[in-house]
Amino acid sequence: MTKTSRFASMKELPSEHLLRPGTAMCAGCGGLEAVKEVYDVLGKKTVFVNAAGCMTLSAIYPFTPFQGSWLYTAMASAPAGAQGVRDALDILKDRGSISDDEDLDVVVLTGDGAAYGMGLSATSGAIERGLDFLYLCYDNEGYGNTGQQYSAATPHGARTATSTGAIGFPGFKKDLFSIWAAHDPAYVATIIGSEPLDLARKVEKAATMTGPRLILALSPCPPGWDYDPKDTVDIGHLAVKTGIFPLKEYVDGKVTHTRTPHPRVPVEEYLKLQGRFKHLFEPKRDDFTIADIQARVDAYWAEVENGEK
Amino acid sequence: MTRLLLTGNAAAAWGARLAGAEYFPVFPITPQTEIIETLGRWIDSGEMGGRMVTLDSEHSMITAAGAAAATGVRTFTATSSQGLLYGMEMLYTVAGWRVPLVMVNVSRGLSAPITLEPDHNDILAARDSGCLILHAATCQEVVDAMLIATRMTEDPRVRLPVIVNLDGFYLSFTREPVILPDATLVSRFLPDLDPGDYAFRANQPVSEAVAVLGGGPYSYFRYETHLAALAGEQVFEEAVADFAEIFGRNYGAVDCHQTNDADVVFVQMGSFATKAHDAVDRLREQGIKAGLVRPFLIRPWPGDALINALSGKKAVVVIDQNISMGMGGILHSEIASTLYGQSGAPPVLMSVIGGLGGRDIVFDEYAALAGEALSAAERGETPPPRLLYTENELREMRKFQAIAAVEALHEEDAP
Repeated sequence: MTKTSRFASMKELPSEHLLRPGTAMCAGCGGLEAVKEVYDVLGKKTVFVNAAGCMTLSAIYPFTPFQGSWLYTAMASAPAGAQGVRDALDILKDRGSISDDEDLDVVVLTGDGAAYGMGLSATSGAIERGLDFLYLCYDNEGYGNTGQQYSAATPHGARTATSTGAIGFPGFKKDLFSIWAAHDPAYVATIIGSEPLDLARKVEKAATMTGPRLILALSPCPPGWDYDPKDTVDIGHLAVKTGIFPLKEYVDGKVTHTRTPHPRVPVEEYLKLQGRFKHLFEPKRDDFTIADIQARVDAYWAEVENGEK
Repeated sequence: MTRLLLTGNAAAAWGARLAGAEYFPVFPITPQTEIIETLGRWIDSGEMGGRMVTLDSEHSMITAAGAAAATGVRTFTATSSQGLLYGMEMLYTVAGWRVPLVMVNVSRGLSAPITLEPDHNDILAARDSGCLILHAATCQEVVDAMLIATRMTEDPRVRLPVIVNLDGFYLSFTREPVILPDATLVSRFLPDLDPGDYAFRANQPVSEAVAVLGGGPYSYFRYETHLAALAGEQVFEEAVADFAEIFGRNYGAVDCHQTNDADVVFVQMGSFATKAHDAVDRLREQGIKAGLVRPFLIRPWPGDALINALSGKKAVVVIDQNISMGMGGILHSEIASTLYGQSGAPPVLMSVIGGLGGRDIVFDEYAALAGEALSAAERGETPPPRLLYTENELREMRKFQAIAAVEALHEEDAP
């Protein structure tokens, strides 16, 4: 982590928040928690270019919680919207029609439904073109805004509205971090709202860079993951402590883990707090699936220790 | 005065260049690609300024175009057929953003089956999008329409995207003599883009395209867009009046040829209307009082101009180079709804489908249709809709089918 961070400890984190209250997000929304913390670091000179998802309902006419600008696009093409805004601002700057003071940081705000699937082509294109933008995905591991159907971000075993069978979702979560990193952008990081210091340092670092900077925020979702809203922070902590959600960053071709949980809490401590995994414990414990999920987490960290990740 | 031999595509590129567009989000598709190649070559050689970026799809391309326009830069893009449909969600969306944007569509028949030559199902799929539409019939019209479209889209009364349509192959790849508008005259016709309060700036936060809940505010914004589109007709009339004064070429919402004393009038749009134009002249030589009405402005729909042009005629033959499956010709139904209940509405309004996928329409067909329409007028009843297809074409098709079937049999016989 950068030694020059202005966030030496929790005490340095912003105590006043830019994001205004009164959004239509659910109580305990882990996505909003992350957006709020990210916004405090980025500041007001931003234009959020939004893809269809939960956060689309954060600005409902005539209200907005943002003090900067906002453009809602569609589900698939928010990075293309960011391209248009960035290019237009650059054209205006080049011909002296606007000053640097009037310039904006362009931030894509998207859920996992768009980021992992429909919007991946537009995202890949924006990275490959070297677009100077920040991309923030709040990942609640399903199509949350429509009632949590499984998406390409849904983890193995999770019950969703469209994976109600005996083992829940039979597939496996897509490794979007690696897909992004394979494009060799300026920066890729994972964050979570329950780790605000790690989050602030990463967003601060991203903000000083130019080029494509992509941030994946695991976003615990009380209605989608079926838990009490008060547990959002605890679940976030457990996602990190169990190692199921690695906090890491990619810079200059190298992946660095910013937190190595040691010893790792058994993954079932994370799973059993969430109704979406309840069928793994009741009425009969599904040892096979729980062990399978644990084995995959262990294998990941073994690779990290061996320098393979 | 500069006179050049230009394809329709080159004319479109010249139009964008003369209009002073600065941003070009693009994506290649036949038969439009020559437009973006031409612009790209000019930018690369330094002949013109501007920035071009190739997006990953037309959906992204229209998003980027709308977003740049919303940031206050004069933006141009072009597509065709499948590309227009692929980007259709964003066409509706950027119209709702109320941004000034000029876009070219080079018409091409829609899949399936996939094909190359033109008809108008692509552009007519955009007729309800909120984008205004001009449909050119010649290369000169293409370059002029680009300037008129830029005036219209940037007018504060409109602020809706304008699509300039031209037919693939028949116009896109056909060289015609074009008088290039003089750049200094263009600056008289087109003021610099004034983004007003709409652009994204750090000192001027804007929330654009936010969600609305409930039918009340939603209806308000939709009605507002409709009223802006309707206002486009007045803005068009003002623009073409200025255009005539500055450049000496006259345009109307509806182009009429030999309609004053006509008994039977064809209605057709796009480059194929030049075939009807020629047919009208030849029918006149035979003593048949034929005429042609060609809508140039498609959205907003020039209803009054069409009523004026068609009232009192014995028979009207609408030739649709499109087909609404299970209904018929799209222009026919729009014209029927325009004329219904009007005094002097023609008693016979024939519907004809022709020119799909670039299928030719020949003089004999125009002559037969005129004859049928006039005899129908005497009987006082409109004949059933016609789907143009000749016995020869059917014979050729049967040969194709026989070959296709033989191939299929061979495949079945294969071990």
